[in-house]
Amino acid sequence: MKLQRKNRLRAIAAGALAVSGALVLTACGSDDNSSSGGGGDSKAAATIKCDGKGQLLASGSSAQKNAMDLWIKNYGGACKDTKLNYKATGSGAGIQEFLQGKTAFAGSDSALKPEEVTASEKVCKGGKAIDLPMVGGPIAVGFNVPGVDKLTLDADTLAKIFNSDIKEWNDPAIKKLNPDAKLPSLKIQAFHRSDESGTTDNFTKYLKAAAPKSWPHEPGKAWEGRGGQSADGSSGVSSQVKQVSGAISYFELSYATANSIKTVDLDTGASAPVQATVDNASKAISEAKIKGTGSDLALDLAYDTKAANAYPITLVTYEIACDKGNKAGTLAATKSFLTYIASEDGQTSLKELGYAPLPTEIATKVRESVKNLS
Amino acid sequence: MKTDIEPISSAAGSPPQVRTRSIGRAGDKIFLGLSRGSGIALLVIMAAIAAFLTYRAAVAISKDEANFLTTFEWNTGSSPMRFGIAVLAYGTVVSSVIAMVIAVPIAVGIALFISHYAPRRLAAPVAYVIDLLAAVPSIVYGLWGALFLVPHLTGLYTWFDDYLGWTGILSYQGGAARSLFTVGILLAIMILPIVTSVSREVFRQVPKMHEEAALALGATRWEVIRMAVLPFGRSGIISASMLGLGRALGETMAVATVLSPNFLIETSLLDPGGGTFAQNIASHFKEAGDGGRDALIASGLVLFVITLLVNGAARMIIARRKEYSGTAA
Repeated sequence: MKLQRKNRLRAIAAGALAVSGALVLTACGSDDNSSSGGGGDSKAAATIKCDGKGQLLASGSSAQKNAMDLWIKNYGGACKDTKLNYKATGSGAGIQEFLQGKTAFAGSDSALKPEEVTASEKVCKGGKAIDLPMVGGPIAVGFNVPGVDKLTLDADTLAKIFNSDIKEWNDPAIKKLNPDAKLPSLKIQAFHRSDESGTTDNFTKYLKAAAPKSWPHEPGKAWEGRGGQSADGSSGVSSQVKQVSGAISYFELSYATANSIKTVDLDTGASAPVQATVDNASKAISEAKIKGTGSDLALDLAYDTKAANAYPITLVTYEIACDKGNKAGTLAATKSFLTYIASEDGQTSLKELGYAPLPTEIATKVRESVKNLS
Repeated sequence: MKTDIEPISSAAGSPPQVRTRSIGRAGDKIFLGLSRGSGIALLVIMAAIAAFLTYRAAVAISKDEANFLTTFEWNTGSSPMRFGIAVLAYGTVVSSVIAMVIAVPIAVGIALFISHYAPRRLAAPVAYVIDLLAAVPSIVYGLWGALFLVPHLTGLYTWFDDYLGWTGILSYQGGAARSLFTVGILLAIMILPIVTSVSREVFRQVPKMHEEAALALGATRWEVIRMAVLPFGRSGIISASMLGLGRALGETMAVATVLSPNFLIETSLLDPGGGTFAQNIASHFKEAGDGGRDALIASGLVLFVITLLVNGAARMIIARRKEYSGTAA
């Protein structure tokens, strides 16, 4: 996966350099590198329109860190005048820094709270902060049960497993969903995140929305479920699933792929159980409603969707910027970078990292909002 | 540490300190100013930390819906916030006590071996290796603990459960051994070097005359250690242990990596659960909002107070024991 990513990066970067060298109009033409060009994807360069100069600081969500790294490499390869720096300090700290005016934009796992929007009027002269959905992804439920390769669960069973109401793998509820599987009489070890995280937030939001009876707790970044074990970070829980027989946990799909952990298919009520894949996640995100007003595009995800091939446990992270009154020094660069990452190329390049590209309808609106930033 | 130095001068028979007239010299004045300045700076820094912690903690506690001391919950994301430190205080103290119980006897044993039993050729390398343990970053201990120690403890815990499960505190339900006891074992390894090296230095300073006197009376080597070395070193061992305890109480990353935290107090020390102050701060800080951060600072204040109390208690023990031990000689 890493190799692929490198090659792809090189191709994009090379293409970007070659074409941007040819486009005299673009501000960032670095033609001294044209010798390395050729064989690139010309669309990639076409969507990176460099603008602005200097340092662009951003910070926030660590869930979108990998996506940002890739984008920054691509963008930085094309636009030598802009130095981008995204620090994965966590959503809370990211919003904080943005509201203090230290960063050009913030990355966040959840949309701004009303009081944060009010607070943003101080930094956004004449405007307010808006949420731009940018990075989506499936949250996979990984399991480690000896002798079981395929497992289908529904929201209700998941909620009961994670709330310690179902304690054994050969529980009748699980058997009913998996008539063909050889379920052992093994204790279920449900792992959750010990740190506060957007992944937990979205996973519990899903449980609450899709199985309100079996999940009596309020969704949130901190785990509220009963019992179970915990570990630090996605890497922590995924390595526990790998290590512990009978374990089950939730994490971004990329962790499941990297550790070759088997993931649960969801019985959403659609005709067939849905696999945790990026395409299925994109499909579920397209079912979301936009709850933000104006250029704010905060999403209301459809966790209880029954659409075919829609995997409803998804995480959507936002970029947060001012709709009006962005700092003059960084506005041009911010706009140019956000335009690139919202573009089709920016989005599809994420697929190999285990993120789900935004569905066209939402992406179009994001592009519109970015265009209107001032 | 201060107490370690006192006996040396008295044991070596140096005369009581005489205030010399050289106080009038410029060098002395500068040195006096510098050392007094350092002393004052230390107090000012401590006071500033305490004031900062107290202020932010007061803000947080005033917003806390639940009882700060007795609640088994940490929920700062919701408004109103509900959080309490009962589980953290329990976990911090218990894991540190386990670490001390394991580490101090071993450390004293190693120190005695190095200072009194081992041939010189062996003593130096052993001492070196022990010091090397102190140079390993705590996150590395954490990774080693999570990836190696935890899977290998399952067997030991099952054994504990078979023979000691009836006690209730050593029963084990299976699952990953990410418990307070595991944390205690890991912390024990982490504090071993500091306790060992301080004890070793203390044992080395036992006056040769004491040991030779004991030998002359026909004591065996074990008796020499029991009658001359240990009494002389007792306050040193205590202060060494306190240094170790300080590290154990405040250890963060290793605990956060190894423990499976939750906000419950499990009766069994072997079942996953619990939490410590430092681990909880590390786990919640990144995503905490303003209020959440203040709540974490409030828990930090409690850790600060616990550490002060522990140190104070240790000082009292040392002071009381002084007259009976060799240090008062």
